[in-house]
Amino acid sequence: MDLELIITSFPKLLSATVVTLKLLSASLFFGLILGLLFAILRLNNNKLVSGFAYVYSYIFRGTPLLVQIFIIYFGLGQIEYLRTTFLWVVLKEPYWCAIIAFSLNTGAYTSEILRSAFQTIKPGLIEAGKSLGLNKIYIFTKVQVPIAIKQSLPAYGNEIILMLKGTSLASTVTLLDITGVAKFIISTTFRPIEVFIVAGSIYLFITFLVHNLIKYLEKKYRYQ
Amino acid sequence: MKLKKIILSMFASIFLFSSTLSADTIRIATEGAYPPWNSKAEDGKLIGFEVELANWLCIYMERNCQIVEQDWDGMIPALRMRKYDAIMAGMSITDERKKVITFSQGYADEVASLAVMKGSDLEGMDTPEGINLSLGGKDVKAALKTITGALAGKTVCTQTGTIHQNFLESGDVGSVDVRTYKTQDEVNLDLAAGRCDAALAAAVAFTDYAEKSGKNVVLVGPTFSGGHFGNGVGVGLRQDAQFGSDSALGKRDAQLLKDFNAAIDKAREAGKISELATKWFGFDASM
Repeated sequence: MDLELIITSFPKLLSATVVTLKLLSASLFFGLILGLLFAILRLNNNKLVSGFAYVYSYIFRGTPLLVQIFIIYFGLGQIEYLRTTFLWVVLKEPYWCAIIAFSLNTGAYTSEILRSAFQTIKPGLIEAGKSLGLNKIYIFTKVQVPIAIKQSLPAYGNEIILMLKGTSLASTVTLLDITGVAKFIISTTFRPIEVFIVAGSIYLFITFLVHNLIKYLEKKYRYQ
Repeated sequence: MKLKKIILSMFASIFLFSSTLSADTIRIATEGAYPPWNSKAEDGKLIGFEVELANWLCIYMERNCQIVEQDWDGMIPALRMRKYDAIMAGMSITDERKKVITFSQGYADEVASLAVMKGSDLEGMDTPEGINLSLGGKDVKAALKTITGALAGKTVCTQTGTIHQNFLESGDVGSVDVRTYKTQDEVNLDLAAGRCDAALAAAVAFTDYAEKSGKNVVLVGPTFSGGHFGNGVGVGLRQDAQFGSDSALGKRDAQLLKDFNAAIDKAREAGKISELATKWFGFDASM
């Protein structure tokens, strides 16, 4: 064990944590919007609409994240026509390709979490709202969504942690996130154990923070 | 009781089997993703210059060999952890690598080059045909200056943990935006897709790709050798000192180095290295 390498690689990996957190927060942001959208579509009575949402969730939950990021980065890069369109401005950058792949992936899982949360809401609550003369949108935003968020917090906390670890795949498309920088240091020092121990500890620490944040939120929004 | 015996004998047979396999078999690792040095056929079989050369060296050593596949970025760590005994993967002999492993004498040498897509503004760089960084001198300095100017603000792609990456990050060509990939295949893909303004690798890696894919990849600037590009490609082996020169493992590793050096001598004298190099590279890259 090379203690000096642990000490020298720590600040390098710490500055790479910024990239990891950026990827994570951007993916979660877009993923939550997608997840909410597709959860609503999924609960739609129109079979075509709900079917579309089902297929989306089935594809992105049914294929490995690594395959998805490769298809978006290397796969779409092969289509020559695409390179002449404005889309290439985004797809040319590995950073955006990673965020697109991560958002679509976490969006699929989030839509499932939210869908099941919406489905646990007892119809009586919505009927109570209706009998009070509240309109559909008001009931949705003020009754259904808050309850659904509370219901889905534990599962969503899990999803954040899974996504945090998922961001390590960004290193496969040249990004220098925690894992990317770890691999970079190993390529010149040839000592994987020390470097991966530091990288792993940083992931563990972020997980610790996320875990406690969710725990705090769960407590705060518990039913009175 | 009976179950316990069965389980124990199962474990025993696994250990016995694996120890007999490793006792007299030399395991040689290659990447299988760096044609024409080493690559994989469509059916997944390892092929290439080094795969054939490895088999010939084992014939000269009169030893059983097993060629195993290993990702490039874990190549040296896995050797040190004894997952195999030798590396033959287009690995250049450099001072940086010599700090952690040892090398046999070189068996082949091949120059590096920058490549771009046809029509790039980097084409037509005014430099000598080839420069040797170990020699230095006015021509080399002038060429490096020309390249520095041309590459300023450009994205240059290369495989991670290679002599090419070391050179790009050495400052010899200024501070270029270096992007690193796990395999050379991925470098080629992104060069063709236009994500890289230029790429740096063994010159044959690009000509081989251009030939097989039909893409308009062209070599630009000088060919590079010496300095960061090392002194030819050799067999990577463990330093016997890693386990103590007097230990059984250390003695075995020291013997392997002697055996490989002797086998390379024999292969060279028999003209085998030249023959294989000409077959795979199209020119005699032996040394």
